Amino acid sequence: MTLSAPGPSRNLPQYGALIAVLLANWLLFPDFFAIRLQDGRLFGSLIDVLNRGAPVALLAIGMTMVIATRGVDLSVGAVMAISGAIAATMTGAGWSLPAVLAASLAAGLLCGLWNGLLVAVLRIQPIIATLILMVAGRGIAQLVTEGQIVTFTSPALAFIGSGSFLTVPMPVVLTIVALAVTALLVRATALGLMIEAVGVNRLSSAGAGVNTPVVLVAVYVWCGLCAAVAGLIVTADIRGADANNAGLWLELDAILAVVVGGTSLLGGRFGLVLSVVGALIIQAMNTGILLSGFKPEFNLIVKAGVLLVVLLLQSPTLTLFLPRPKGARPIGTVKPPVAPTSGGAKP
Amino acid sequence: MSRKWVISAATAAAALFIGLGGVQAADKKLVVGFSQIGSESGWRAAETKTAKAEADKRGIDLKISDAQQKQENQIKAVRSFVAQGVDAIFIAPVVATGWDSVLKEAKEAKIPVVLLDRQIETKDPSLYMTAVTSDTVHEGRVAGEWLAKQTGGKCAVVELQGTVGSSPAINRKKGFDEIVAKNPGMKIIRTQSGDFTRAKGKEVMESFIKAENGGKGICAVYAHNDDMAVGAIQAIKEAGLKPGKDILVVSIDGVPDIFKAMSEGEANATVELTPNMAGPAYDALIAFKKDGKAPPKWIQTESALFTPDTAKAEYERRKDAY
Amino acid sequence: MTASTAPPSAPLLAIRGLSKAFLGVQALDGVDFTLRHGEIHALLGENGAGKSTLIKTLTGVYQRDGGTVALEGREIAPRGVEEAQRLHIGTVYQEVNLLPNLSVAENLFLGRQPMRWGLVDRGAMRRRARAVLQPYGLSIDVTAPLGRFSVATQQIIAIARAVDMSAKVLILDEPTASLDAQEVAVLFKVMRTLRSRGIGIVFVTHFLDQVYEVCDSITVLRNGRLVGERRTAELPRLDLVAMMLGRELEAAAHRIDLGPAEVDSRPPLASFKGFGKARSVEPFDLDIRPGEVVALAGLLGSGRTETVRLVFGMDRADRGEATVDGRTIRLKGPRDAVRLGFGFCPEDRKKEGIVGELSVRENIILALQARQGWLKPIPRRRQEEIADRFIRLLDIRTPDAERPIQLLSGGNQQKALLARWLATEPRLLILDEPTRGIDVGAHAEIIRLIERLCADGMALLVVSSELEEIVAYSRRVVVLRDRRHVAELRGGEVSVERIVAAIASETPHAIASETPATGSGAEVRQ
Repeated sequence: MTLSAPGPSRNLPQYGALIAVLLANWLLFPDFFAIRLQDGRLFGSLIDVLNRGAPVALLAIGMTMVIATRGVDLSVGAVMAISGAIAATMTGAGWSLPAVLAASLAAGLLCGLWNGLLVAVLRIQPIIATLILMVAGRGIAQLVTEGQIVTFTSPALAFIGSGSFLTVPMPVVLTIVALAVTALLVRATALGLMIEAVGVNRLSSAGAGVNTPVVLVAVYVWCGLCAAVAGLIVTADIRGADANNAGLWLELDAILAVVVGGTSLLGGRFGLVLSVVGALIIQAMNTGILLSGFKPEFNLIVKAGVLLVVLLLQSPTLTLFLPRPKGARPIGTVKPPVAPTSGGAKP
Repeated sequence: MSRKWVISAATAAAALFIGLGGVQAADKKLVVGFSQIGSESGWRAAETKTAKAEADKRGIDLKISDAQQKQENQIKAVRSFVAQGVDAIFIAPVVATGWDSVLKEAKEAKIPVVLLDRQIETKDPSLYMTAVTSDTVHEGRVAGEWLAKQTGGKCAVVELQGTVGSSPAINRKKGFDEIVAKNPGMKIIRTQSGDFTRAKGKEVMESFIKAENGGKGICAVYAHNDDMAVGAIQAIKEAGLKPGKDILVVSIDGVPDIFKAMSEGEANATVELTPNMAGPAYDALIAFKKDGKAPPKWIQTESALFTPDTAKAEYERRKDAY
Repeated sequence: MTASTAPPSAPLLAIRGLSKAFLGVQALDGVDFTLRHGEIHALLGENGAGKSTLIKTLTGVYQRDGGTVALEGREIAPRGVEEAQRLHIGTVYQEVNLLPNLSVAENLFLGRQPMRWGLVDRGAMRRRARAVLQPYGLSIDVTAPLGRFSVATQQIIAIARAVDMSAKVLILDEPTASLDAQEVAVLFKVMRTLRSRGIGIVFVTHFLDQVYEVCDSITVLRNGRLVGERRTAELPRLDLVAMMLGRELEAAAHRIDLGPAEVDSRPPLASFKGFGKARSVEPFDLDIRPGEVVALAGLLGSGRTETVRLVFGMDRADRGEATVDGRTIRLKGPRDAVRLGFGFCPEDRKKEGIVGELSVRENIILALQARQGWLKPIPRRRQEEIADRFIRLLDIRTPDAERPIQLLSGGNQQKALLARWLATEPRLLILDEPTRGIDVGAHAEIIRLIERLCADGMALLVVSSELEEIVAYSRRVVVLRDRRHVAELRGGEVSVERIVAAIASETPHAIASETPATGSGAEVRQ
């Protein structure tokens, strides 16, 4: 099991696209790779890509696993708004940072639990099940903020958005931590295998004794948690919770990041790192367009064009033309076969 | 928040009490029905709140109906106001078209209609008495004129546009561009959409700063709304520059947070889009009822410019209206 | 034959030499079929016989490769379901293919609504809908959505629609598969009424009792060929089953003498009492002892698969009791079964067995890993050991353990699934058609494996259509017919002839009456 999809050449389109977009940015704007320290924090366009890409990267981490189970979570943008609204409102009311973080994360967890139960227990199609919270969630966030942009001055909460750890901006730090924890959770346990098995064939997996409802609930809960962290970052960044706009349409960027990262919407094999790369490709384009000075009217067209190219590079028809070394392991290289230990399998 | 509720409940109760007394004393008290779009933004909520306050001030009985962003609800509300025989109907129309038949019903019942905040499209302008709206092109002009005056007509401006294609974004850009054209020393060096949001405003401003030599080439940022300006201020600070000094900040709307920023010296000017649309409408209505004098077809609200010297007081005055 | 020369005595439908191949596989090979006016004609056959291909060729879903189809002497070649309808051929499937959210009346007149002034005349539609349904004894609210009615009612509505569209040939494809006894009776009444009106009905079913109850003639297909056409009255059940299973009875497999029928007194590993599920399989008793192979025999649709799915918890029994080692257990799902040491290789490997995109290794360790729980991952090294061991042991032909299992042949997929369960060292292994769709070599290997496992003391419950196979490895055979366990053969009683005879037996309640819990689904539902 690997962190990303098997076979190094399979990852070529993603890394290639990221490098290409970064190089294009550099051509448009020669100072693109220039980095300096500003108030003890790394400062530069490349850092902007990482920093601004953090929320979508976080969403993509959670979304990857949901999509691997052949699901989708449309509610992550709304969950971001809820988590941010709770954080800003509670901070404004004088709660301490740990309480604020706990409440926001708990809200994300509850949202994920709700989605997971609808999908796993009531067996509602994921796109519909999460659409409910996508619509209602923003309303909940507006109820929390009473329809206003709730601002706060607490430097503790703001630190999550604009602080830094060893000169690295906090959003980037949090994303790396989330990626590491998630990777550990799925790859150091058998959860990753079960997620993939459920995504490929839910019936077969259930027949093999896999606890499919628990696996499904778990991925939606994790996705909700990732969204809550993303919501905290966005809120902390602007020092205010904007229930109308926080995370708006980011669920689509997150899905796109996962797909660009090469995880199939039909479920199965997933690559967490590649999804984060997908999110960075998207953000590198956004930043590049802003730096380029193109008219804003062109933004979406340029973005669509580049994405089309990345997705084409991954299309099964086109990959036939790419070299594909086998990452496979011939039988017998590990150990001579041992005699079956007991009962079941004796010849 | 709960304290605010208690206060407003108390004022409402007091108003009701005074109002009842008023009915007994004065035989003729104006009754106005107001079909409001909803409460999708802070500004909208402030408009509603101000309409109530201004009505109380004039002893007008105001009935508000919240349409929740739906025209059919507004049409229903207008019909019900007609049936109740109110003295005037105010509409903040959610869309521009489709009003003719219901306005005809109001006209037949001889009830004057006033449009608030937005215009409608109709072939028969006699269907409404007047429209009270701001002039968004003019807002852009006011902002531009202030900046031209402030910098002696020499300034490299970066512009944070509103949502691409929205009418305030188009008009606020148009008004500002007119002033830039008149001042050869003024130039818009970068312009991008910040979608009217803080987060986008901050992100776009970050890239502007990097693209313009760490912000050294930027004289001022012009934001189509205050929220984007608040985001831009944070970006400027995080780049190690002083907003309001190293880079001037001018924006439009006049929400409380920009006054707060101005009072802290981080923003330089805002052009107010007043939430008081109902006030001028009441005055026009009272004049009409008194001597039958029809108001002009368009009452343009003032696009007042505010600067840091009054910011603190304005912030205190506004923070409860929003 | 052309329309002008059609003799008045021409049969309603005459199919001659019909052939159809898919990707080189001959699904129909020179099949004849004749349907007369006013006849109910059973079309029978086991898996792969070619029934559904024949029906789909008739209704225009497929185009035939060769042969002729004549309706009342006139040759036809419908290119779609609608054209078939225009040619007076109506079809009703088990899963009614109408629109459940439209009203009954709208469904009846879909695509041919009565119009007035360019609009649908709803009043006329309702009146005509009531008139159309009246002969079927259905006085229902025709404005209610179709989906609100039972499957049986929906089927009658679908039949009424087909007949009202002037169907002369009515094809009923397994209409009774999900009906209870009472509903079947109602349906048969309708079918008899239509027969008396001269309509010819093609009736596809797996229930032999129903064939003998309502059909005039029987046509049997096997492996895409015509086995024969008989009058029902002249065809004993035994002969019919022999035709379907494809054996000449006198030449039936050599009988192996396994000694006298003995009663095994050892305590059973697993025991099921009055276990059953409404509309799936009648309550049955079943004991399985360690080291024995219990085989389930019967025709397609007789309840074999349903039985093993209940035993493994894939479907939930709604009556009866299950015990393992004498303790009552609950079987809420496969997870419970896996925890008890059961394993199950399903009939539909692709849909319910393999996890296609995952590697052979991952497929093999999946059940073991699921039983251990996600928190205790099997180390990669150990996974590879297990996979390699079974790849060698079962001779799974794959270049390496990392190949996605979907790229393997059917036989090797089946062996990998066996490996999945063997890795869990199960106490009871359930195999549903373990040798179906597998090449000859793998076939023999799997049978040898079954024998070996049995000798090692594992209990096996095997469903198979291959009677010789069953006789070879099983000393206890439970025979099913029409969703009922009808006989149990032990030791020396086990022979192909006995099994066939039991399948064909005409005393449906002989065995079932011994179990007090027996009752038809209909009775329980009431």
